Amino acid sequence: MSSSSTITTTNCYHCGEKCVEDELISDEKSFCCAGCKTVFEILNNYDLCTYYELDEAAGNTVPNGIERKRFDYLKDEEVIEKLIDFRNGTTVSASFYIPNIHCPSCIWLLENLQNIDEGILSGKVNFLKRKVTFVYNSTSTSLRNIVELLSTIGYEPNLKLGQLESDQREVKDRRLWLKLGVAGFCFGNIMLFSFPEYLNLDQSVSSNSFKIFFGTLNIVLALPVLLYSSVDYLKSAWAALSQKGINLDVPISIGIIALFGRSLYEILSGTGSGYFDSFTGFIFFLLIGKIVQQKTFEQLSFNRDYKSYLPISVIKISEDKELSVPVDKLEIGDQVTIRNQELIPADAVLVSEETQIDYSFITGESEPVLIEKGTLAFAGGKVIGTQSDFVISKKVEHSYLTQLWENEAFKGEDKKISVTSFADRISPYFTIIVIGIALLSLAIWLQIEPSKAFTIFSAVLIVACPCALALSTPFTLGSTLNILSQNGLFVRSTSVLESLSNTDTITFDKTGTITESGNTKIDFVGSTLSADELRFISSSCRTSTHPLSKTIYKELNTKSLLAPDDIHEVPGKGLFANFGNTSLWVGSQNFLIEQTDLSYSDFPDSSESGSVVHICIDNKYKGYFRFENNLREGIGSLLAKLSGSYSTFLLSGDNEKESSRLVGLFPNRKSMLFNQSPIQKLNFIENLKQQGKEVLMIGDGLNDAGALKTSSFGIAISDDTSAFSPACDAIAEGDSIKNLDTYLSFSKAAFKVILFSFGISLCYNLVGLGFAVTGHLSPLVAAILMPLSSVTIMAFTYSVTRVIAYRMGLRIWE
Amino acid sequence: MGVIVVLIAFSLTVALGFLAAFFWAVKSGQFDDPETPSIRMLFDDKISSTNKNKHKKS
Repeated sequence: MSSSSTITTTNCYHCGEKCVEDELISDEKSFCCAGCKTVFEILNNYDLCTYYELDEAAGNTVPNGIERKRFDYLKDEEVIEKLIDFRNGTTVSASFYIPNIHCPSCIWLLENLQNIDEGILSGKVNFLKRKVTFVYNSTSTSLRNIVELLSTIGYEPNLKLGQLESDQREVKDRRLWLKLGVAGFCFGNIMLFSFPEYLNLDQSVSSNSFKIFFGTLNIVLALPVLLYSSVDYLKSAWAALSQKGINLDVPISIGIIALFGRSLYEILSGTGSGYFDSFTGFIFFLLIGKIVQQKTFEQLSFNRDYKSYLPISVIKISEDKELSVPVDKLEIGDQVTIRNQELIPADAVLVSEETQIDYSFITGESEPVLIEKGTLAFAGGKVIGTQSDFVISKKVEHSYLTQLWENEAFKGEDKKISVTSFADRISPYFTIIVIGIALLSLAIWLQIEPSKAFTIFSAVLIVACPCALALSTPFTLGSTLNILSQNGLFVRSTSVLESLSNTDTITFDKTGTITESGNTKIDFVGSTLSADELRFISSSCRTSTHPLSKTIYKELNTKSLLAPDDIHEVPGKGLFANFGNTSLWVGSQNFLIEQTDLSYSDFPDSSESGSVVHICIDNKYKGYFRFENNLREGIGSLLAKLSGSYSTFLLSGDNEKESSRLVGLFPNRKSMLFNQSPIQKLNFIENLKQQGKEVLMIGDGLNDAGALKTSSFGIAISDDTSAFSPACDAIAEGDSIKNLDTYLSFSKAAFKVILFSFGISLCYNLVGLGFAVTGHLSPLVAAILMPLSSVTIMAFTYSVTRVIAYRMGLRIWE
Repeated sequence: MGVIVVLIAFSLTVALGFLAAFFWAVKSGQFDDPETPSIRMLFDDKISSTNKNKHKKS
């Protein structure tokens, strides 16, 4: 017992982790593991140490040794073709998603990799998307070399099955920006040329030739706006009309055509100067609205399915040789080897003696399960500890988990988008009223003064154009989306916000949603432990990789640690350690019975809901540690607040052990469902929806994927938004979920704001109509009225949504 | 009259130049990633380029 605390305070030069165990020294710098040291040596060798100057401890901890075999499948031409972006002779461009990109140093290093591999021509990082695009010469390097290099230096690309399926080459839509540019350019210039008209300066002799000159210029400038910038609206209106429907683009297009036609006629006939300034301005503002509406969170991915989680390849054993094969080519009966921390790609039977599987990907439950030879393991489970062999028993697409995606809910197009927005719903009435007024004033003026009748008719069509109306929805929802994202709720797009505001029923998943997976509470039940005994337990748990031992070590937080004279661990069962003449056993009941003199009767009757770890010292039973997942902070009060105006349900994949703890949170026993399979969860939501409910589902694991998809609005909780989350409508940061009630009422308020701004824009239309039907709509009035109404709506929606958010206690600034 | 036509022709040409520049900027992807270039500009090119030469010689 001579050993004492050996904890050093040096941090790894590469990754900044504490160098706890074997500190490695290279070039007078300390490293926490061989992996970090290797990376440093590589970078040092190629003079890339600027990496460390840009950001201290920039590196990622590198798991020891990347084996070359793992990337065998990258030799397959078929696989390469699917992974690369494009090929031009021997020049190939390929992009990788690298989750480890986290600081400026990463950007610098990844963009300077040509110093290590001369085949790489250039690298370009997109920091927000954590993506790097390499252009390389396929004669002097290969995709496989690059991936291996990346993995060796701690930037292993995320290569998942999904990338093999479809062409994921992104087509970037930059046309909207170009259209906006053209509209803005023409708007500005036409306004400039219309100045003499506004100020009535053209009284001189040469005014007529000026008029012709400016008129021609205005026509030339307005044409690209009509033919290029506004073409989407015309097309969409035409599509709606040919299906005998009316959307908001119909009245907009009527306005566009009336404005353009009237102006063209006025200029060509020499009767006036036209409304080209209003026309181009109108298109300009509409396009701004469209850009606001299209705001997306590029760094988040909202439509992942199981293929984004399964690996591309797996190591297959055939005739005693290890081959790396693409997962989608696996057949039933193939034997595969899965290493520590790797995912099982398809349902498979274990052929090794025993192994631990972590199903946290699927269920959210972080504690690994021990399975024995002959047991079926499900796809998506992660092997913990030693590498194990499995025999595939179902093809990837027929596995237990992936079957969920065969369900109806995942078929066909996204139904949520097809629900028409409120603006679209009122536009038929709007259009009919406008055309009615126009025709009426045409008829009346034909009686009074036939020569003016058509001028009035077109003026009504022009002024009734619902510019402000079309802007209220995108601007309000755009700013709602923005405010929600600042508060930790990232909504997929503005088009799904309406479903959120209509919610009347809320269903929760348990593990990871109501409880917080990383946050376990432990307490000890049994005879009191002395400080020495606690120190023994803590010291021996430190060396174990099992999550329960890690939690014990973390929670006990003993200051001075001891090195055991002898320590022995049976993975997944328990450990034995010797400190001088004290022997200690920590582990499961079976382990202790097997290893010590204790018998079954020595253990207390345990009816604990969570996991327990028993402690035995010198063959005497001491008691057990009890683990419980903590409820998320604020979840209790949230559920209490919600139960007033919403029906709440719990859908848990776990058993009923913990129901007693949750009974106060949900209205009654019937609203808590346990032992729910992914399909059952999906069907439950489907049922609620058939009863006419608008269901909000909150979940986190892949087992909730079906429920999230069927629900009217699905929120995936993720403590790290860049990490795993199933397909959903919104991703919520873990600790933001306690404000769910506020988000719901805020989204409801947003739709009231839209209604209000509809009112404002209608007022503007009425004023304009007043001018129009009386025959006073001069180009100047139109040029003031139209931009003014647009700007009013923008300012109104922007400020009112923020005022409401502020009053509700939401954050409105960065 | 004549001079204003010339001036307008000139101003339009300049403005079209800016529009073309905008088109080029959008098409070359400058609006796709607003974040990374702001970090990238802080790197010191010199170090890496001299190092590269050194490495090639060795």
